[in-house]
Amino acid sequence: MTLFSAEIDGMRDGYRRASARRSFVLIGALICLVLLMVLDLTTGPSGMPLVDIWYGLLAGPAGDDRMVATILWQLRMPQTVMGALVGACLGLAGLQMQTILGNPLASPFTLGFSAAAGFGAALAIMFGSLIPLPGFIVIPACAFAMTLVACALVYLIARLRGATPEILVLGGIAVLFFFQSLQSLLQFLASPEVLQQIVFWLFGSLLKSSWTSVTVTAAIAFACLPFIARSTWALTTLRLGDANARSLGLSVEKIRRHTFLIVALLTAAAVSFVGTIGFVGLIAPHVARALVGEDHRFSLPLAAITGAIILIGASVFGKFVSPAAVIPVGIITAVAGVPMLFAVIAKRGQRGMA
Amino acid sequence: MMARLVLRDVDVQHGRTRILFGVSASIAAGQIVGLIGPNGAGKSTLLNAIAGQLSAKGKILWSGKPVDARDIGFMPQHCQVRAELSVLEVILLGRHEQLGWRIADDTVNAASRILAFFEISDLAARSMQTLSGGQQQLVLLAQRLLREPQLLLLDEATSALDVRHQMHVLKLLKDYVARTGALVLVAVHDLNLAARHCETVMLLNGGRLVAHGAFQKVITPDILRSVYGIEAEFIPSQSGTPVILPLSPTSVEANPMEKSP
Repeated sequence: MTLFSAEIDGMRDGYRRASARRSFVLIGALICLVLLMVLDLTTGPSGMPLVDIWYGLLAGPAGDDRMVATILWQLRMPQTVMGALVGACLGLAGLQMQTILGNPLASPFTLGFSAAAGFGAALAIMFGSLIPLPGFIVIPACAFAMTLVACALVYLIARLRGATPEILVLGGIAVLFFFQSLQSLLQFLASPEVLQQIVFWLFGSLLKSSWTSVTVTAAIAFACLPFIARSTWALTTLRLGDANARSLGLSVEKIRRHTFLIVALLTAAAVSFVGTIGFVGLIAPHVARALVGEDHRFSLPLAAITGAIILIGASVFGKFVSPAAVIPVGIITAVAGVPMLFAVIAKRGQRGMA
Repeated sequence: MMARLVLRDVDVQHGRTRILFGVSASIAAGQIVGLIGPNGAGKSTLLNAIAGQLSAKGKILWSGKPVDARDIGFMPQHCQVRAELSVLEVILLGRHEQLGWRIADDTVNAASRILAFFEISDLAARSMQTLSGGQQQLVLLAQRLLREPQLLLLDEATSALDVRHQMHVLKLLKDYVARTGALVLVAVHDLNLAARHCETVMLLNGGRLVAHGAFQKVITPDILRSVYGIEAEFIPSQSGTPVILPLSPTSVEANPMEKSP
């Protein structure tokens, strides 16, 4: 059919150009992330010039300069990699949560997953000595398990009453308050030393990272990737609204239930080792959408990269501000998140959209 | 043999309220069928039931088989899209089940061609959020056509369109039916539109199928009085189909809708 062929070619080329531009944005963000990670490696209480970092990286963990190798490979590298992983998990989880709830204010923590993780960690800190395993395993394992319990509760509610955004949010809020109260109870009962430990865990800090945590988090994140990839188009279609998506043959409730399982896993992987880190999962999706739109083939990876950039950026900032006693990154993201949130709200207001 | 949509005693209930009462019909493919009736007659409910969007008692068969939501094109009423997606992207989602990481040129071309047919090529790169209600309706209708359904169910799909686009869309649907032998079932309020473009109409009232057949046989002054509660004049026109001009609502005594308890 030669009818309209010029118009059709024009539209197709326009679409291809838009896609190419989005790919460039992704590549640009990735480069930005790598640069920030290098910057993160050069900062720390003992400092280290870029040259040393370079040779330290080349020499590997068993390099001749033992001090450089130890600081770089045993202390800083796990923190940097963990920061990128946690940021990526939170960004991914946040975008998926905002998509399935159709709500720009949703985050990975909306359905109470972080409160559950906090309660699990507090439980482990108080009673962990009863389990004959080292604390660095018991605490994350407990936090992880509790997150899954919270997820199971919300899943159950969604199964019984239908997985609409309203039901999910209401169920999530109930779960959130439940675990928050339990956690308060534990804090009330705890001795001052234990209380201090609990509070420090809740702050969310990359100092807790190790190669073990990196491996576990990475394994969970990569295990989730195929499922996320498979649901990419379904998630994009869901953005047309429930009625539209359903009329196009999409099982709306099923995709919601599956996606929030993935969100729970990603969130649990992110917070179990390093504690709660707020705002990353809320802001990163907004940045991603503003830059590449809502085709989830582009917005999901960009939300992950943006999440990592924000978290590593916060980590670098924290180390610059007080090189001696590193401020927990969770506090920085929370403080920096507020103006970013205001910026998002103001921008939406300008465009005249709810 | 040509495909058929067969409805046998279709009952729908919302909680304790019955909405459809044993609707039965047999509709041949290859035509545009208008679904008409006053507000609350059950038009949307019937379309939703056929599309498999809500549970219904009775039998709904398309070509002798239950309707599969993935094989049909169904456009529900009042669909607003509030996503940061371009028009072309939304059209492409009409085939979301088949899309992969890279979208083939053929698919993008097919989507673009539909936009060209709908005369909205200039909107292709625009964000859905910047469109008017009527423009969104056009886009969503075009999206359903990309699925090339054999059964197309449209709930008030032309209600927000200006006169020119309304005529244009109905002509496109006619061409589509002629080309593919599909069945288009469209709920309409505008009786004159139904008169001009639908081969047959189904008149629903109070959840029951009152009449089914050629427009001029179904819609008579008596029917308009008893079902819609209006007095109307039928003005002959050059096209052959008379123009219906509503004059006044019938008096309260004569209105059966007011009389029922």
